[in-house]
Order: sequence, then structure tokens, then C-alpha cells
Amino acid sequence: MVYFDYSATTPVHPDVAGSIYEVLTKYYGNPSSLHKLGVEAEKLVTRSREQMAALLQVPASTIIFTSGGTESNNMAIRGVAGMWRSRGRHIITTAVEHASVYDTCQRLAAYGFEVTVLPVDRFGRVDPKRVAEAVREDTILVSIMMVNNEVGTIQPIEQIAAELKRYPKVIFHVDAVQAAGKIPLYPGKLGVDLMSLSAHKFRGPKGIGLLYKREGLKIDPIITGGGQESGLRSGTENVPYIVGMAKAFRLAVQEQPAAYRRVSELRRALLEQIADIPGIELNSPRDEEKAVPHIVNISCAGMKSEVIVHALEQRGYYISSRSACSSQEHKPSRILLAMGLAEERASSGLRISLAQDHTPEQIEGLAKALRETVGELKQVMR
Amino acid sequence: MQPELILLRFGELTLKGKNRTRFEDMIISHIRNLNQDHPEMRIIKTFGRVYIQLNGAPYEKVAGQLKKVFGLRSFSPVMRAELDLEDVKRKALQVMRSLPKKPVTFKVSARRSYKDFPYNSMEINQHVSGYVLSHTPGLKVDVHSPEVELWVEVRQEGVYVFSDIVYGPGGFPLGSNGKAMLMLSGGIDSPVAGWQAMRRGLRIEAVHFHSYPYTSERAKQKVIDLTRKLSEYSNEMRLHIVPFTDIQTGLKEQAPEKLLITLMRRAMFRITERLAEQNGAMAIITGESLGQVASQTLSSLNTIERAVAMPILRPLITTDKIDIIRTAEEIGTYEISILPYEDCCTIFQPRNPSTNPKLSFVEKVEQRLNWMEERITAAVEHTETMVIRRGEREEQAVDDLF
Repeated sequence: MVYFDYSATTPVHPDVAGSIYEVLTKYYGNPSSLHKLGVEAEKLVTRSREQMAALLQVPASTIIFTSGGTESNNMAIRGVAGMWRSRGRHIITTAVEHASVYDTCQRLAAYGFEVTVLPVDRFGRVDPKRVAEAVREDTILVSIMMVNNEVGTIQPIEQIAAELKRYPKVIFHVDAVQAAGKIPLYPGKLGVDLMSLSAHKFRGPKGIGLLYKREGLKIDPIITGGGQESGLRSGTENVPYIVGMAKAFRLAVQEQPAAYRRVSELRRALLEQIADIPGIELNSPRDEEKAVPHIVNISCAGMKSEVIVHALEQRGYYISSRSACSSQEHKPSRILLAMGLAEERASSGLRISLAQDHTPEQIEGLAKALRETVGELKQVMR
Repeated sequence: MQPELILLRFGELTLKGKNRTRFEDMIISHIRNLNQDHPEMRIIKTFGRVYIQLNGAPYEKVAGQLKKVFGLRSFSPVMRAELDLEDVKRKALQVMRSLPKKPVTFKVSARRSYKDFPYNSMEINQHVSGYVLSHTPGLKVDVHSPEVELWVEVRQEGVYVFSDIVYGPGGFPLGSNGKAMLMLSGGIDSPVAGWQAMRRGLRIEAVHFHSYPYTSERAKQKVIDLTRKLSEYSNEMRLHIVPFTDIQTGLKEQAPEKLLITLMRRAMFRITERLAEQNGAMAIITGESLGQVASQTLSSLNTIERAVAMPILRPLITTDKIDIIRTAEEIGTYEISILPYEDCCTIFQPRNPSTNPKLSFVEKVEQRLNWMEERITAAVEHTETMVIRRGEREEQAVDDLF
């Protein structure tokens, strides 16, 4: 069995699992307790925070632990909307955002918010100038992802931040869930106000993430109660997973440059080997500058992506169709449609995720399996 | 810009002879200590000057550490140019451009010790000024009192270009003036007092009074964190944690309420004096500032101080709170100090502490407390001494988890 679905979730790194087990069994105190067990647990949380902050090169006070990318995105968007609604009710986002951003923005319409959804070009990229043009007197938030989870496009975050500098009242949130561990991530240097990360995308466990919130920025908490995380995110801290995330991120950042080079090679090999499979079209940007090499999105004309996913599974390869969060639906991919692809092509998207642990032999095997599958299915679907 | 050298300037230039060399060496030792991460760095003494040769070590990081070196008045990043006028001009412009604050006026001072260089000092001045001016709109020359003086030194091995000036903390080299015990409470003031003492050349060891279970583990952790912060300026610092519970409860049971703080402070001073003697220290340092709280009125200070014979140094005695806070923020102790864990003074707080305790009355009361001497000795004996090292955490076992 070869797992090619890293963008849906990643296998937990064995060292990370070990740390989590240690903390789970030995350091079970509640960090808010007055006694020694509590103090020890609190120290682990503090140290994890410091480690994440050091890796992101930001002050420790800007890190807020959450239950994952979806919560971080909700916290950012609802938190800004709640705190700053008296300043304005206009939000700008793009057509290719993850559901936890897109959907959340749309739901705010019920509270009187207006959402501008910016279009993207055929590479899935948004134009920084158009972002600036969309800003109005009453705009309070811009939310744009850094790396697209379906096709891998890298958005020009730095340029967008530069454009938005002219509008100091506009808060800039970046969903960096698919960027973490793949490309360098320094929110302080990028000039963003809020940034979401999720551990299970960089070999940490599922159920833990963080929100970076620039020093001095006020947002409303969405989960209230005991006042943990400086009142911004109440709830007893998930100490084992917080430590796990810190360790996973340290490993990911350390290995990132070498991993990137290796995955780039693997991607080149894969694209070469599937180039002549009839009916297969590449949806991800071909240009290596425009997208991360880890995500390869293809469509197979006239074939149901679900069927291909199962057929490949039979042959021992796990990939995904569209994004994992919306696999239940048979609608065309919102992202592929936004990139200008026809409905049929947008409904037959397949996503292959590459990682540094894959071997050239496994790539060959996948390409071969894909070729065989397509060949067989073409016969059946006559 | 990545300078190759850093020129160091030491303070207290009135020192002459052997002392000066000794102090220079102590400063150099401190610099090496703070830059252990960069063994490629070299420190050279030449022509009566002291330079750091970076050899690739990142300037920003080293400069950050230099700001912690007591005895260093200032330093300048130096660019080295080839013995070629064009290179000198380019480097000069680079130095001007890298200044944190863009000056309005400047002047060039050239010195030529390498006589084979084809231009003399005057000519160098003119060429370099001209080049810098033509590339820097708005800049003017002022030969009398320029904002920035750009030095160009032509030596045999190359040309050194530098301008003013990054300020160091001043003071005396670490530990050059002896050792003192710092009474560290965990509040805002005592760490600042400790830092100021260190800056003036005192090597300090911290003393903290802990009254478990009346004071928490977190309060103790806060003090450890403060000590660690201070150790960033010295590399390591010893922390003595004194078990104070028995003395505090004894006082609470038997002493008049209004004198609780007075008697408690006297006991603390006596314990600290003994620890000082044990550890070769010759003074006690506190963060007391006149008039801040009841125990810091002139009358209280007078009465409390009489419990010991050793000199008590109070760097903050005339400093305003707002200035103390500002320094605390600069040295990084403020954030730790304001964490809300109670230190021992507040738990046993009387409602109306005396602001004007009479010495004779206090001494009489103390005499009646016949257990005091014994408990003071016990407290000193059971004091836990920790060595806090900069950057190190006390629980290495936990490292593997991360």
C-alpha cells in the first residue's frame, strides 16, 4: 500500500507519536492547576509555544493554540467580524479558499456582512492589484490562502500584504494550512495580521493547530470560558498534542529545504510518466514557480474520479478526488471551476500528494497503475 | 551590510596602567563568553585598539550580545576596503547607508598610516565626501559639529571605514568590583537593581525567600525565570532559595501586627548577611526605592537596616517607578515580574503596617522572640542553591519531548 494522499492528512511522525505518548501518560496535569503536576503541564505548553514562535520567528505571545485549521480560520474570520463590525461589514476573499474560509465568510451574510469573492486566473492565482481595488471604506478583512489544497497554487501573499499596507485598517488573514512544512513560513516578515496552521498537515496529530495573531491586534474570541490562551481560546489545553505539534513542526522546518528539492524531482518524474496517458490533463500549474511540487491535480476526461480512486486503491495506491473535506459530494470542484475549467473536467479532478519519503519506484508504480486503470475503465465505459 | 570588524571602545578612560589592561581583558572574556555560539570570531588588540574580527559571524547577533557587555561604552561596525580608492568610496557609502538614523550632516576624517597609498588624507577626504554626497540627496558636510563622523583609516593591510556609534551599557566589567547578594523578590524593582549592580561591576548571587505552602511553585518559578533573564548578562548566576515559612508563621503568631513587615525584613536581611559571608560577598543589594511602600519610608529603612552591619546598596533609592519600569522592559524582566504569583511579602500583610517603627521598640520585641536566632540559622542551613545558566533549562529530561 502506498499512501499518496498527504494533502488530506499526513502520517504522524514516529518520534512525535512517542512524545505524545510520554506526555499523555506522564504529564496529565491541568495546566491551570496550582500544584506541581499543573505547573509541569503548563511548562510544556509554554515551551511548545516558544518553540513554535521561534520556528515562525515571531514573539511567543502571538501564538494561540486551537483544535486545528478549521477552528483557526473560524477564529480569525468570526473574531475579526465580531470585534470590528462597527468599522465596516465588507470582507474580501477568493474563489479558491478552503471551505472553512469560504463557507464561514458566506455565513456572515446573515449578520449583515457583504463578501467580495475575487476571481483567479487559470493558474488559480489571485492578482494583488485586484485585491487592492476591491478594498472599500467599509472593508475590515481580507482572507486569502497561501497554498491551495486542491491544486497547490502559491498565492502572492507578500505582494498582497504590500498592497494592503496602504489600508492600515484592513486586517489580512492567511490560511497557511497547506503551506506549513512545504515552504518557508515567517508571518512576521510577510506582513500578515493573522495566520492559520494545522498540525496534521506536517506529520503532527489531527485535532491541533494554531492561529498567529500579530501583536496588538484585537479580535473577539469565539470559544469562551475559563480564559486560557489569554482569553482568546478557552478550554483546557491539549497538552500532549500541543507538544506533538511543536515537535512535528521543528522536524518539518529542519527538513523542509531538502524535502522540497526531493519532492520537486519526484513531481517531474511523475509528470513525465503520465504525460502520454490518453485523457489525462494536468490541472495544477505546470510552472514550478507557481505552485508547490507536493500537490499534483489531474483530470481524466469522461471518467468518474471516485471510480479511479477505488481502482487505484485496488492496485495499492491511495490518492484523493477533490479535497478530502468535500468528498461526499459529486459537484464539480469550486476551485477548478474558478480556474476556468469546463464543468466536466472540474468534476473529474484527482489529487496526488507527494512527500519526501516517496521513492522513484513508487512514482513509477503509481504512473503504471494509473495508465492501466485508465485503459481498463475506457473499455468499460464504452 | 556585513561588516568584517567591530571596533570596541571602553568606558571609564580615567583608568590607567595595569588596571586598564586587566579590565580590558575582563571585558574581552565576557564578550567571548556571550558569543560561544560563534567560535570563528576573534578578538584582536592592535595599535592600542581592540577589534572583533567577525570571520563570518552575523553582525546583528554579535552586536546584540555586545549590548550586554558591561564596561563597553560603545562599538562601531567597520567595513574593510581594498587599497583602492574606488573600493573605499563604495564601502564608505555602504557604511553611511547602513546607519540606523539617516544623518543630515557628516564629515569625513581620513588618516593615513600607510604612506604608500597614492592619496594623502586631504585628498581622501575630498574624494570620499564627494562620492557620498553625490549619492545621498539631502546630506551636507559640516566640519565643525557633524551628526556623523565617517572615519577612513588607511593601513598597510587595507582601509578601514566606520562611523559612530552603537552604545553599549557602559559601567564596569562584570565582576570587576567584587561580589554582592541581591535580594530578589519577583517584583519589578529587584531585578532592575540587580542589573544595575551588575553593570557597575558587581558579580551578584540572588537570594529569594520562599514560604511554601503560603507561596506557590509558580512564584518560585517566576524568580527562577527572572534569575535566568539576568544570567543572560553574565552566563550563569546562583540563586539561593531560603525556606522562610517557619519564621513567617512564628512572627504572625507572636509579633504585634503593625511590625510584621519590619520584623520580617530584618530577619531577611540577617539571613542574607550570613549567606553573603558564606559566599564571599561584601554587600547586599535591594530594589528599595524611597517612599514606595510602608517598609520603604526613611524611618522604616533606618530601623530595618540596623539589623545587619554589612553595607546595603540600593541602586534605585531615588529612581521614579516609571523609570524603573522602563529599564525593566529594556532588560526583559518586566514581562516576567508582572505575572500575578504572590511573593512572600503580601500573604502576611498586616492591614496597617507601621511606616515609622521605632528602633528601640522593635529591638525589644525581637528580643522576646527567643526562637528567632535558631530559626534563622536553620533557614540558612536549609537554603537550596541553584545554578541558573543562560539558555539552559532546569529539566533536561523534558528536552526529548520536543
